Amino acid sequence: MPESGSNRVPETGAFFQRDRTWHPPALTPGYKSSVLRSPRKALLSFDNTLSEISGPVFGHAMLGELDNDLIHNFARPGESAVGERIIVNGRVIDERGVGVPGVLLEFWQANAGGRYRHKKDGYLAPLDPNFGGCGRTLSGEDGGYAFRTVKPGPYPWPNGPNDWRPAHIHFSVFGHGFAQRLITQMYFEGDPLIWKCPIVRGIADKAAIEALTAVLDTQATIPMDALAYKFDIVLRGRRSSLFENRLEGN
Amino acid sequence: MAQSLDRLRESPSQTAGPYVHIGLTPNFCGIGGVYPSDLGAAMVNDKTKGERIKLHIRVLDGTGTPLKDALIEIWQADAEGLYNSPAELRGAADPNFSGWGRCPTDMETGLCAFETVKPGRVPFRDGSLMAPHITLWIVARGINIGLHTRLYFSDEEEANAGDPILARIEHRVRVPTLIAARQGDTYVFDVHLQGEKETVFFDS
Repeated sequence: MPESGSNRVPETGAFFQRDRTWHPPALTPGYKSSVLRSPRKALLSFDNTLSEISGPVFGHAMLGELDNDLIHNFARPGESAVGERIIVNGRVIDERGVGVPGVLLEFWQANAGGRYRHKKDGYLAPLDPNFGGCGRTLSGEDGGYAFRTVKPGPYPWPNGPNDWRPAHIHFSVFGHGFAQRLITQMYFEGDPLIWKCPIVRGIADKAAIEALTAVLDTQATIPMDALAYKFDIVLRGRRSSLFENRLEGN
Repeated sequence: MAQSLDRLRESPSQTAGPYVHIGLTPNFCGIGGVYPSDLGAAMVNDKTKGERIKLHIRVLDGTGTPLKDALIEIWQADAEGLYNSPAELRGAADPNFSGWGRCPTDMETGLCAFETVKPGRVPFRDGSLMAPHITLWIVARGINIGLHTRLYFSDEEEANAGDPILARIEHRVRVPTLIAARQGDTYVFDVHLQGEKETVFFDS
């Protein structure tokens, strides 16, 4: 058994089913590239087997000192990225409200002007020589995590003739089981572009969109240094163990 | 009003977008010096037990065009059928095998190439054995929520015939969409997102 990054006894129950009316559906025609990339046939449903209940774990040994500091992890010595300095912090919890410790979070984003360091991004806003745009960390014993970055800018994209993405940070999160695997995007409180974005509007429920909107967190700011936003991530909860006396779990 | 259930809702998914590589495989897209190597690039080493195999996987859209900006993660048991996970209670998996891999599709060809070992059989919920399989999770621009499917092996006909998940597929004509074709030590697998040959995707 690998190092789990946590002292908690591993749970082995099946995960709560996903509410696919809460998530965006596969086909959201306002987001044009979903049209040819969405399955047309129904998904095959089955309760989790060990293949979905188990999942990889990642240890602290893989992390570098600056992995959770996007202001400095690509910058030249003594320099730092340009932009609004922020701390993003929150907890990874499951649907039962329980912290999910020892899980890998990865983030990526554009720079303060909305430009990605990627050869497919041809936006005329310039690259920042001191900003790469990737970071990662592991959640702590209570599921808490934090990283430091600059606030990304909005950017135009070729969907409608005048579509702009709201400022956002992409998140990739592992849970304790592969069935909890999730990629999502974090938006910023008060951004008027959120409600116009076809990717955001693929989500039907306003409350679900609000669940992806980080709130200004003045208590976590560092005075004279960085503002802070709070963003909690909720992963699927799980039933009690498959391998205890009830074969089916409960 | 009755009491509320007091449960939280899962964070809704959003697409990984076209620049997923920046976060998940930065070295692949030219962002060097942040991480020593891209996570999930190597699943095996010299000491890994089991039959070495390669997987050549592509993801095709509704017109049959390969996606050149997708990212695939795989999760599988070791050669003995044990997962390298704290949730594995039947024994210790091969310490020289991670069981998890990550590969972006090639920006020119759309090909994902994994080097791994052929997995052993893993028990189903009732204790019977599932056929050897690899779990796939696919994200990309245009995919709003990661797609989950499985890769089974063409040279495991007998095990496949008894597999409880494959048995759940009502339209038998769709079963072959989950079976990779063996060519030497390589298994070739095309994932069709949409259309006549559409791959069976799971909600589990």
